[in-house]
Order: sequence, then structure tokens, then C-alpha cells
Amino acid sequence: MSQPLRTDVGGRIDRHTPLSFSFDGNNFTGYAGDSLASALLANGVHLIGRSFKYHRPRGILAAGSDEPNALVNVGRGPGRSTPNLRMTQVELYEGLCARSQNSWPSLAFDVGAIASLFSPLLIAGFYYKTFMGPFRTAWLWTKLFEPVIRRAAGLGNAPREADPDRYANQYAHCDVLVVGGGPAGLIAALAAAEAGARVILCDEQSELGGSALADTRSLVDGQPISEWLSNILVALSAHQHVTMLPRTTAFGYYAGNFVALAERLTDHLASPEVGAPRERMWQIRAKRVILATGSIERPLVFAGNDRPGVMLADAAKTYLDRYGVLCGKRIAVVTATDSAYSAAWALRAAGAEVVIIIDTRKAASAVAAAAQSSGLRVEMATMIREATGGKRVSRIVFGRIDEDHVAVDETIDCDCLLMSAGWTPTVHLFSQSRGKLLFDEASGAFLPGEPAQKQFSVGACNGQFELADALAEAFVAGSAAAGRPGQKKFVVEQSPTIATGFTGMIEDPKATRGKAFVDFQNDVTSRDIILATREGMRSIEHIKRFTTVGMATDQGKTSNLNALAIAAHELSKSVPQVGLTSFRQPYTPTTFGLFAGHARGELFDPVRRTAIHGWAERNGAVFEDVGQWKRAHYFPQAGESMHAAVARECRKAREGVGLFDASTLGKIEVVGPDAAAFMNLMYTNSWTKLEPGRCRYGVMLNEAGFVIDDGVIGRVADDRFHVTTTTGGASRVLHQMEDYLQTEFPELRVWLTSTTEQWAVIAVQGPNSREVIAQLVEGVDISAEAMPHMSVRDGKIGGVPVRLFRVSFTGELGFEINVPADYGEAIWELAWNEAQKYDGVVYGTEAMHVMRAEKGYIIIGQETDGTMVPDDVGLSWAVGKAKPDFVGKRGLARQDLVVSGRKQLVGLLTADPKTVLEEGAQLTAGPAPPIGTAALGHVTSSYWSETLGRSIALGVVKDGRACMGQSLYVPMPDGPISVTITNSVFFDRDGERLNG
Amino acid sequence: MADLGLTRRAPLETISIEAPDSLVSARLGAPVGRIAFRGAMDAAKLCENAFGVSLPIEINRASATAELAALCLGPDEWLLLFPETDFERVLQRLKAALLGTPHSLVDVSRRQTAIEIHGRNSAPLLNSCVMLDLAVEAFPVNTATRTLFAKAEIILWRTAVDSFHIEAWRSFIPYVAGLLSEASLCLPHPKLS
Repeated sequence: MSQPLRTDVGGRIDRHTPLSFSFDGNNFTGYAGDSLASALLANGVHLIGRSFKYHRPRGILAAGSDEPNALVNVGRGPGRSTPNLRMTQVELYEGLCARSQNSWPSLAFDVGAIASLFSPLLIAGFYYKTFMGPFRTAWLWTKLFEPVIRRAAGLGNAPREADPDRYANQYAHCDVLVVGGGPAGLIAALAAAEAGARVILCDEQSELGGSALADTRSLVDGQPISEWLSNILVALSAHQHVTMLPRTTAFGYYAGNFVALAERLTDHLASPEVGAPRERMWQIRAKRVILATGSIERPLVFAGNDRPGVMLADAAKTYLDRYGVLCGKRIAVVTATDSAYSAAWALRAAGAEVVIIIDTRKAASAVAAAAQSSGLRVEMATMIREATGGKRVSRIVFGRIDEDHVAVDETIDCDCLLMSAGWTPTVHLFSQSRGKLLFDEASGAFLPGEPAQKQFSVGACNGQFELADALAEAFVAGSAAAGRPGQKKFVVEQSPTIATGFTGMIEDPKATRGKAFVDFQNDVTSRDIILATREGMRSIEHIKRFTTVGMATDQGKTSNLNALAIAAHELSKSVPQVGLTSFRQPYTPTTFGLFAGHARGELFDPVRRTAIHGWAERNGAVFEDVGQWKRAHYFPQAGESMHAAVARECRKAREGVGLFDASTLGKIEVVGPDAAAFMNLMYTNSWTKLEPGRCRYGVMLNEAGFVIDDGVIGRVADDRFHVTTTTGGASRVLHQMEDYLQTEFPELRVWLTSTTEQWAVIAVQGPNSREVIAQLVEGVDISAEAMPHMSVRDGKIGGVPVRLFRVSFTGELGFEINVPADYGEAIWELAWNEAQKYDGVVYGTEAMHVMRAEKGYIIIGQETDGTMVPDDVGLSWAVGKAKPDFVGKRGLARQDLVVSGRKQLVGLLTADPKTVLEEGAQLTAGPAPPIGTAALGHVTSSYWSETLGRSIALGVVKDGRACMGQSLYVPMPDGPISVTITNSVFFDRDGERLNG
Repeated sequence: MADLGLTRRAPLETISIEAPDSLVSARLGAPVGRIAFRGAMDAAKLCENAFGVSLPIEINRASATAELAALCLGPDEWLLLFPETDFERVLQRLKAALLGTPHSLVDVSRRQTAIEIHGRNSAPLLNSCVMLDLAVEAFPVNTATRTLFAKAEIILWRTAVDSFHIEAWRSFIPYVAGLLSEASLCLPHPKLS
């Protein structure tokens, strides 16, 4: 297909590589090097989307990431459709398939455009005023209004399938990070590289070069700028320590010169390599950062300034000089600055007719005079009142400016209108870096003030619009950033750049005859801003939220300053008095995939598996997550429910012998001559008299006196303790110990080493456990006399050294074998072979929970909630009251912890033994307490006990231990459940089984 | 019941690195003996004599011979690596040398597993998940430190300009290996190495 508006020569496109693509199902051709926007313009397509709120036809406004209108969805198969891409940043490839957004049934005939008819109703604040308030029910809002409005006003659709792409992550360090690969950024990078620095240079565009990519006329040091550019790029590539990253947006600038970059790797390719990463996040720590982010051209605000065919002047020049595309054939220009004249000349030279240049300035500049003498029609002190035309601008109405009034005197036909109000320095990253912006009256723009970090701003983003000055400034910054100060002079011949500009609105906004858009993407007009000021908004922060100006995905790149100026004018204040909103990360929209990186699926978080996991998996275990660990929850046999499996596991463990994988318990080796002294300080119990070879149950408090961990601790030698912690508390306990050791007790000669993963732990529990152990362990006398409950011995299994504990968390005779992790599975299999001879069973964490609850053993985090002292959970016996000090001792003496009325651990039995209570359910004195009645306590653990043939529960109740036998109620939706308070030990209260 | 020929099982069978350019490779380290040695300077001196390789006193430095290595990970903390078959001999020698001097020796041989990374792209590959500056000027040969590998704690030791030794706790090995394998498909610009 022909490209009617493509020039015959020129541009950086590859005319030998035509590419076909489709937009809304229509097929077009472009060239390699095109953006989707330039290719569509080459085909004469200006209508590319419908606006957010009013569904107005919209065209391409800009040529870069500042584009507010031209948002498309690019589809690449299931899970690979990306909404809200700026056409100006979508590189063309063969077969590209793009769809417009926000239009139905088609772009040209959009039903939603009916919204324009109701536009007087759709003013700023409309949603809140209309649909929220005391007399509207929340139901109407959430069920009706919000979904309807969202469907009508959405910006594209997110894909529903999982994202199949891969996203890379890279940490990097450099001496100098240069953001922006325009002429200033390139010179800064080169200067830094020549001074020996490690440099990373990034730019959001497909090619490095910035404004030089669309400059065919300037000369730098006597060379045409395109040649100069190639030479600089060659020089940069020759440096070994320079990394150049095109297609890479620096989207976030954080503390400590930490800058996040998004590199797009495959979106520009027709057929990317399968499995290749789509994007890469760069997380860069830079010693110095140089911002060379350039500037963004501002639109003028007048009625109809959003018609397709109305464009920023420099964008049109970019389409011509970089892409070889004429944006129109009859061009009108409206400008408040000199730079638009270059666009007019360039377009005329390329064969377009420039029908008029409307210059809002009163006095003719030298450039305007030159334009006039070259035969162009230039009208000074003139402004457009309105641009008209349906799906494309066709006529403009303009007149002379007289005070705040524009007297209409003429119309002129055109098919493209170029506008320029001047240039806004791109200070987003500077602002993100916490640098303060200063308002520069002369240029009417906010410029970087003192940097808050080790950072430089150079070139247009620093208000340095003359190329020669920008390059000199960049060289100074580049050399200084590399630590070798230097200077260089650049000789530049340049077509007119930028004199002053204009912000706000020339015409009295009240007199506009149509909608004059300030924020194109969020459909905010000048009237909305004025309404906000009339409604009492004074700060730009409030105006922004009321009107949503600057809150679209482009963050107001083209709108902020105009909105600010209109508000300031309306409030008769200066621009800085109205304030400037904060710039936030990301600079341009960034994919979720980029943030996720490799952290997805199995790699989202470490999944920790014990050495015995494989066996459990092969034997049908159902696993549960306990922190990062996978633990076997229960082992159902064919057709067995969880309830039945757990009942069987409990029964067989109590009758025969049960095996349990306890490897996840935290283990810490506390070693040194002062080990016992340290243990005395860290745990409530006394350790001095514990003999080597014996164990004790230990309770750890925090400074406030609350129970934070527990576990069985064995004294392996005089100077060595084997501490066990809860699974979840392993690292917390080690850190608390290390913290106290280093800060409070540095004089103690004791050292801590985590051994959690050194050992796999096999619990062998039940009346037959001794028989099983006897078959396994060599070199240890495990008779009841030689190895009583709560003792520890070193032994061997099959030649492998093991540490054998006689401990029980089931209330049965029991052992725990610690074996080196590599042998965990093999020894488990040995143990299982033996256990099967003695009516054995393998049980999971659920059966373990049930059995410990039958014995009234607490679980940290279940019976405790961070506010329980030892006495609350029946552990005052474990507190060494004679000890001079331990962590939490003074906390325990606090008045609120010793008063009566604290909640205490008790057992709870339901009147109906078949009823199993809900954990967390509240306990009350009466069956139907009035609303507002405080609970007396709550259920902490609740199970069906197969052993007892009934339900059991643990709970905490106000003064519970003094209330044995009393009845309480658990109010539930189906009616109250009556319970009786009992002792918290339900089974083998005398511990005969334990000591067997 | 002396030797039952018990099967040993490492936390992971193999590690797969599919870097297309073969500029980096990774493999699981063979089992070694590991002792966490803690103690003051006097103990360190005694330990050094008995162990056979100097114990660096500068934190985050390692010294190594072909078979022995000592990594200084804290002001009073060293990780000693040595052939597994020597475990009992090394332990007894250290115990004897340190008798009467406060110290802690703990067997952590099975607590962690090593992953060895070799090749020109080692540093860029590691930098997919390690935040440190791994330029050889910033992280010279025989630097050894605890650090984060994405969400897992590791010990990272540079054994040569293009070689690194990772130690991670057993249950974290599949996670670290999985990330290495995934990241090897995403290596950046070769100039970064």
C-alpha cells in the first residue's frame, strides 16, 4: 500500500525494508525505523483514538514519551497484549498488530461519543457530587455507577492470561550514570569516560541521539550534526567501561543515587527468540548521576486544540526529519516561541504549504522577520480562537489579541495545525531525587535548584536550550563527575531554538466557545481548572485531585505547567505560590513483569524442603506451608479423608509408634565457657545445674516479659548447649541472642552457630519407640534408667554420628534423632522399616498438633499472641525466680502483668462432645450477650481427639484457672455453644506414659 | 551394624546453566568438611597453626590453599573448609590446639552446599540476584562475604577473577540454583563483565 505522506528522501528510516502492519484491522505499510505513529502518519492516518471521558476523536500530538493521546493496545498472542502503549514509542516490526482503545464499535463511529452531548454534566468533581453522598447508597455506587463509568472511561484492557514472558533483573554499579542520550548526555558520558570513569548511559528511545536524530540542519564543530553524532557514538563504543543502553527508561530515582531503569529487549522485534527476556530491570547504584533528560514542548490551550491534526510543532519536524513523513499538506502554525519557525521552514522545504504562522507575541522577533521576508505569512499578536473539523482539523478561527480578549477576524483552512507554547524542562527525575525545583521567571519554567544527591543536570532539562551552551555544560559535568574537572568549547551553528514561551491560556478562558484541553489524556479542560478554583481549591495539589489534571498515565508531561498557570491567573497569584505537584516514579508506565523479575512461580520465594521431603512426597503426604517450609500435614491412605487420616495417625502413634519429620525446628549451638551464664540470661529457666546429657524445656521472653519462643534445650557438654526453637522462630531467636550478646553481654565468652540445617530430625514417638531406637542407634544405653525422659546422648547409626534426644511432644515415650542432613532420608527409611515391625505410622503436623493439645502443650503463636507472660500460659514453673537477671525479668514485674484478671490458659470441653469449636471464637458468660459485651477470652486451639473420643479445645479465659468447672458460651451464627472450663491437660495427666 | 552403606542425598542433583554463549558455567560443589570456628584473636592464632592455612584477620577476606580455606566472616568468625575425609582428624587437631582457650567449633558440613561459578560472565550472572559491586577492583579475588542472593542468604567468595564460590544453606540451594539457571538465560550486555 502506498504511503501518501512519505517524503521521497530523508529521514533515518530504512526505505529498503518495508514492513506491513495493521491498525484496527486495516493493513498499512511502513519502513524499518518507523514508530507506529510515524508509519500511520505516513499513511495519512491522524485519527488514532478516542478520549478518556468525552470520547472525542484524537490524533497524534507528540513524537516521544510525552504523547498523551496515541495510546494503543499491541497484541502478540495470549497473555501478550499490552494496553496503553504510546504509539510514538512503539517501534514498527513486520506484522505488528495494534488496536485503538476506548472506542466502540469503531474509531470513526464511536457510540461513547454521545458522552460529549452530556458534557455539561460531566464536569470535574461530577462523579463524587452525583454518586456519593449521604443519600446515595454504597450499593448503587459499587454495583451500578462505578462499573458502568469504568467501562465507559477505561484506558485499555489488561490481558486476562498469565504473562508468559521472562523478565530479567540486573544490579549494576558505576561511577557515572548518564540519563538521556541526546547531544548533552552523549558529551557528558564521553567526557566522563575519557576521564576514566565506569559509565552507564541510557536513553528511552530506540537510538541514542535525542534531538540530534531529527536535526538535519545544525553544525557542531563544523560537522553536520548527524555525522557528529555518529562520531561520538563510535568514540563511546570504543571505551571498554561504557555501557550504552538504548530503549532504556530511567523511571525511578531513589535515595543514595539508586536509579531504576527499564530496558525493553524484545518488544521491537517481529519474532523474538523464544524464551528471551522481554524486559530487564536495571537497579543501578551510581557514584554520580548526570541528568540530561531534555525538555518537552508545551501545547497551547485553545478551543479544539485536541482535534486530530493538531500537533506540537517540533513533533511535526521530528516526523519529517527523522521519519520522512509530512504531517499535512496545508500547514498552519501557532506559536509563542521561535522554535516552531524551524518546523514551518522544514515542512515548506519538504513541499508542504505553510498557510500561516500565528505568533502570539506582540513584537516580531528576528526569526519572525526572517520568516516574513522568506515569503511566509506571519501574523503577530494573534491567537487562535478555535480549531474546527470533525475527525481531522480543517479550519482555524483566529484574531488579534486585545488584552485578554481575542477579536475574531479571520478563518483559514488547513489540514494540520502545529502549535508551540514553548518548552518545559524535564525535571521529573531531578524532583524524584528530592531536589528542590526553582521557578525561573524569565523562562516561565521550573528548573533544578541545588541537587539533593551527587547529581548534575545538564542541557535543556537545566534550562540550557542553546546547543553550544548545553554541550559545554555537559562536558564540565561529565568531567567533574568522573573526578577530573575539565572544560571544552563547542562551536554550533543552529537554526532558531527557543526564546521565551507562554504558559496558561491567552484568551479569557470564560470566553472560549468550545473545549480547550489542558490535559489531553484525562480530558481536563481549562473550564475544569477554573471550576476547581471557584469551588475553593487554592493549592495545585487540591486542583489536581479535583480535576484529575496531571493524574493520567503521562503524569501531565504536557499539561502540568499550563494547568498551573491557568489556576495561578484565576487566583491572581504567581505560579510558585500555587505550587507544583510532586513527580513520582515511574517516569513512564512500567510493566508489572519488570517489577516481578524472576520472582514468580517456584522462584517467588525460597521454598524450603527438609531432607526427608522426598520420602514424604513419594508416600502421599499432603503438605502445608509453615513460613517458607513445606511440612507434611498428614499422610492420607487411599480414599481417606483428612479427618480419618489424622485420627489414624494419632491412634497408631499412641498405641504403637509414630515417625514424624521434625527437621524444620530451629537449632542453635551455644558454645563457650560462659554458655550456661548466657543461657541463664536468655531463657527464664535456670541452666546452671543442668547436667551434661540432660535436657530442659526453655522459655524465652522479650524485654517486655512476653513469651516469644520455647523449645527443648540439651546440655551436650559443660560448655555446649543444643538449643531448639520453634520452626518459625529460628532466625528470630538467633538474632535476639546475637543482639544481646553483642550489645548487652559482650563480656561473655560464648558463640552462637545455627545448626538448623546441619541436622535432619526424626521424631520417634509412642510406646514402641524404644524398640525402634534400639534397632538403630549404636553405642547408647537407651534403657529407662540410663536414658530418662529429657536427656541427650551422642551415638551412631550405620557409622554416621547422630545426636539422640529423649523428648516428647506427644506425651508418649519418645525420642528425636538428629542426623546429618545428607543422611536424613536414608536413616528415616531405616527407622520406618523398624517402625513397621512395631505397628508403626508416619504422622504429619496435624496429628502432632492434636497430640500436643491433648497434653496441653502450648504452641508459640497459637496459645500465645505476643501479650502472654509465662504465668498466663501455665509456665510460671519454668521461670527461675531466684535468678538475678534474665531478659524480660523486669518486664514481668510490671504492674499490669501481675494484676488479677489476666487471661489464663485453660481447657475447654463442649457440652456436646461431637462439636469442634472454631479457633479464634470468643468466650462469653451468657449465651446471647448484647452487642458491645467484651469477651472473657477466646479459643486458641481446637481439635477432634481420637484418643479421647471427643472434641477438645484450649483457650485463654480471664482468671481462667480460678474458674474450673464453670460454664461459658461461644456465640456462633448458628447459636451459642456451651463449654465447660477444665484443666488444660486432657490426657495422661500424671505423665506415666511419658516416663515409661 | 557398623556400615550400612547409607545413601547420602544432596539437596539437589544437578544445576543447569544454559547461557547460550558458554561464557559462564555452574556446578554443585562436592561435599567438604566445614567447621564454624568462633573465638578471639588468641584462639584464632592457635587455630591457624593447627589448621594449616592462615586465618585472615580482615573481615570479608579468605585465604586458601588447594585443599583448605578459611573465610573471615566476622570479627570473631571463620568458616573453615577442608576435605571431608579429614573431618575427624581436623576436628581433633583443632580441639587439641584450642584446649583451654575459649572458642567454639561447630560442625556445619551438612548445613550448607556449595555452588561453583566459572567463566567471564560470572559476575554479571551473579549480579542478577546479588546487589554488591562485583567489579574486580571493588570485590577483589579472595573477598568472601555473607550477602543476599535475591531472598536467600549466601556466602559469596571470589576464588579467581572469573570464579566464584557460593555457599547456601541446604534448603535454599534449589532456590539459588533455580534463579541462577533462570538468570543465565537473561544475561546482559557482555561489556559489563
